[in-house]
Amino acid sequence: MGESILTTRGLTKIYNGIAVVDQLDLDIPAGICFGLLGPNGAGKTTTIEMLEGILKPDGGEIYYQGAPVGTGFYQKVGIQFQHTALPDFLKVSDVLNLFSRFYDAPLPRDELIAWCSLEDLLDRDHRKLSGGQKQRLLLALALMNDPDLLFLDEPTTGLDPQARRNFWELVRSVRSRGKTVLLTTHYMDEAEQLCDQIAVLDKGTIIAEGAPRALLNQHFHGALIRIPVGNFQGDLPEFFAHAELQGDFLQLQATEVDSTLGELMQAGIPLTGLQVESANLDDLFLKLTGHELRGE
Amino acid sequence: MFWKRFYGVLTARNLEFWRDKEALSWNLIFPLVLVVAFAFLFDSDDRTLLRVGVVGAEQVEELQTLGYVNQIPYDDLSHAKRRLEQHQLDLVVSPMQGAYWYNAQSSGSALAAELFLARTVDYQAEQVEGQALRYVDWVLPGILAMNMMFSCLYGVGYVIVRYRKNSVLKRMQATPLSAFEFLLAQVVSRIWLVMATLVVVYLICHAIFNFVMEGSYWLLLLLGLIGSVCIAALGLMVASRTRSEELSRGLLDFISWPMLLLSGVWFSLDGSPIWVQQLAQIFPLTHLIDAARAVMFDGAGLAAVLPEIGILLLMTLVFLGVGAYLFRWTGDGR
Repeated sequence: MGESILTTRGLTKIYNGIAVVDQLDLDIPAGICFGLLGPNGAGKTTTIEMLEGILKPDGGEIYYQGAPVGTGFYQKVGIQFQHTALPDFLKVSDVLNLFSRFYDAPLPRDELIAWCSLEDLLDRDHRKLSGGQKQRLLLALALMNDPDLLFLDEPTTGLDPQARRNFWELVRSVRSRGKTVLLTTHYMDEAEQLCDQIAVLDKGTIIAEGAPRALLNQHFHGALIRIPVGNFQGDLPEFFAHAELQGDFLQLQATEVDSTLGELMQAGIPLTGLQVESANLDDLFLKLTGHELRGE
Repeated sequence: MFWKRFYGVLTARNLEFWRDKEALSWNLIFPLVLVVAFAFLFDSDDRTLLRVGVVGAEQVEELQTLGYVNQIPYDDLSHAKRRLEQHQLDLVVSPMQGAYWYNAQSSGSALAAELFLARTVDYQAEQVEGQALRYVDWVLPGILAMNMMFSCLYGVGYVIVRYRKNSVLKRMQATPLSAFEFLLAQVVSRIWLVMATLVVVYLICHAIFNFVMEGSYWLLLLLGLIGSVCIAALGLMVASRTRSEELSRGLLDFISWPMLLLSGVWFSLDGSPIWVQQLAQIFPLTHLIDAARAVMFDGAGLAAVLPEIGILLLMTLVFLGVGAYLFRWTGDGR
């Protein structure tokens, strides 16, 4: 693991007497994609906006490359907010011109346009772009200064599946250029696809931190077997006694999938509608907090 | 780098205004329509009151009993005579000199002179002449200044609040752009547009009405520039922190309407109660319009309007200082 590009110690934000971010210690290594995960209201956006310098913390410190954040920070980082508006009546090319003038050393215009696939959009009014096109433009603005560290706050919320996948490809290309990406999301598949390391936030504190796969291995063994409740007649077999009821399914964490399936067939339980899945970050979050990740 | 960032925002803001054709045409058409409308609606000389300028005294006793004579005190005889020449006064009386002046080219003045003669003795008659100052001449600086006031207050203040509410400001904050660079570009962009509008509207109206202009156009332009900077700074101050478009609209209305009524845009405050005249001094628009009329109708030079310029610059500094101190990108103390 490389040196930390961004570090926090005791980072705290209080609204109306309640700590929405509570004594947060983060160490984000350089060159990775780091995910801040959590349900709506967990404190993700508040945390990332303190790291971005937009919100003033009520306590704690933030260090960028080992030193307190100072002037020149915005020359080195790129930021994409969850909600952004741009000045009205500007075309995509005008917006690129505007932002390129903010930086000492902007990326060559053509390179940036090609990178974010904006060639065909340059003469369009930015207000008439689709969701995916707009996110690509906003990403281009965040990449304008060829930043060492890129902040992305829920960048794919509201995008259709195809646009999300295209955006993921862009994030991977950023990551492959050796940049550090700090991403917040409440989409678990996004975190699994993109993040080298994650921190799961709940009620303003970190409840789990590490590489996604390592976290899953630590908390789950084998696979999750789900069978519709209706398949069972009478009492549950003994080996299924620990199953949890999840909606219309009974879910069992099976260490040995083969033997559990064999036992089910032996017990004469129909396998219609059966699902075998590896545990994912949704399951992890549910296990850690007792409530759903996407719940309000 | 400062200039590059400043120029970036300036260009973007100009493009935004230029492409907003509805706002652009409104900015040009509104003052034109007003000037033309006022020229035709109010230029008949059917005032029922006689206006008498009294120099060196509050009242002329002999005229006090006449309800239809409005006596307006003047300190300066030449100032009062100038008003008489321009048909703004019907008679000028100086009790100390025992003389009165009338304008033979004005029917109202002839009437006032006869009336005055009938009620007084020992006054010596003097005659003046001059090009009549039509109401449209008189009201033009007021209308131009009013248009400038609305354009600066709402074009700077309201736009910044809208930018803050819809998070444009937040996006700008997350770049090396400083608040000073951003705000300066907003003000300069608006002032250049206001000055361009001012010149175009003046030239079009001048072609129609052939306005009275006794002084220097350059000085008038300088006054317009200083006045618009001052009022744009006032707009910045109002917009320094709030995220609420409703609140900012209310604040801007609260500032602009009293100025509209009490800065002498539509009617002269010469004859109004002294406290109204004193109150009007707190408005930048009053100083701008007074100075502009002095240049246009009295041929005042730079030295004569220096006090008004000084006051406008001082107000600008105060508005900018308070605005800069209060300014927040995202507002509400965040």
